[in-house]
Amino acid sequence: MVPTVLFWLFAVVAVGSAVAVFRVDSMARATYALALSFVAVGASLLLLNLAYLGVVTILMMVMEMAVMAVFMIMFMMNPAGLMPMSMLHNQRAALVLSGGVFAALAAGALLVEWPERRGTVPDDPTRAAGDAVMGSKMLVMMGIGAVLFTTVVAALVLAAARSRYDRGPAGERP
Amino acid sequence: MTLELFLLLAAALFAVGLYGALSQQSVVMVMMGLEVMVAGVIVAAAAFWYFLAPDRPDGQVLVLVVVSAMTVEMAMGFAVVTLLFRASDADTTDAAAELRR
Repeated sequence: MVPTVLFWLFAVVAVGSAVAVFRVDSMARATYALALSFVAVGASLLLLNLAYLGVVTILMMVMEMAVMAVFMIMFMMNPAGLMPMSMLHNQRAALVLSGGVFAALAAGALLVEWPERRGTVPDDPTRAAGDAVMGSKMLVMMGIGAVLFTTVVAALVLAAARSRYDRGPAGERP
Repeated sequence: MTLELFLLLAAALFAVGLYGALSQQSVVMVMMGLEVMVAGVIVAAAAFWYFLAPDRPDGQVLVLVVVSAMTVEMAMGFAVVTLLFRASDADTTDAAAELRR
């Protein structure tokens, strides 16, 4: 009973604040709404006995929102929402498309006959995840490590001034 | 709590994020839409692990992979935006339309 009530609470908060992200005027409020949505997503993972992954999701999103705030101030024309303006394009098509995607996904979730549950939840899912990461799934994690390192290099090369892809106003190389 | 409820939550998050990614002009807001979509994938992967195959850790590892994909998406997205802004003062998706020509 209690988990069900908590699930509905987290689900409403997650979806409601995700909708609020695209409805509020102020970009600062949008960032906080997104952070709240992710905290609710992490909390719903906690309901599934995923203590480690739920907390990792929450911590990572809080940090990401802190980084996002910096970029928001850099790039937004209206960071504080003091000048209400519409920053939308193609709204009708976007609504139709996302409504159709939701209908298709929901139909799939409800109509597909899901297989029987196999096995039981381990006593300590965090330990199971740790054993997998250090054992049978180590190759996956090594792949992620390589991808993350590549991302660091690629992001620096792209974003740094006076680097390979930087061009002056007339297209000249630095 | 059932698998279907969690999948509906995931579908709702995915659809809301898709709407944001398609309809927003500011690149920062497009990025937020993509994040919400990935959050939906995280919920679905965790629910599949818990309700279908909790005896194997594959579902948990999938969640870890998706979380990493989220960070990579953020980093590369903002790097490209920084480059675009420096190269052509573009801070909205409509202003970055070179590939359309």
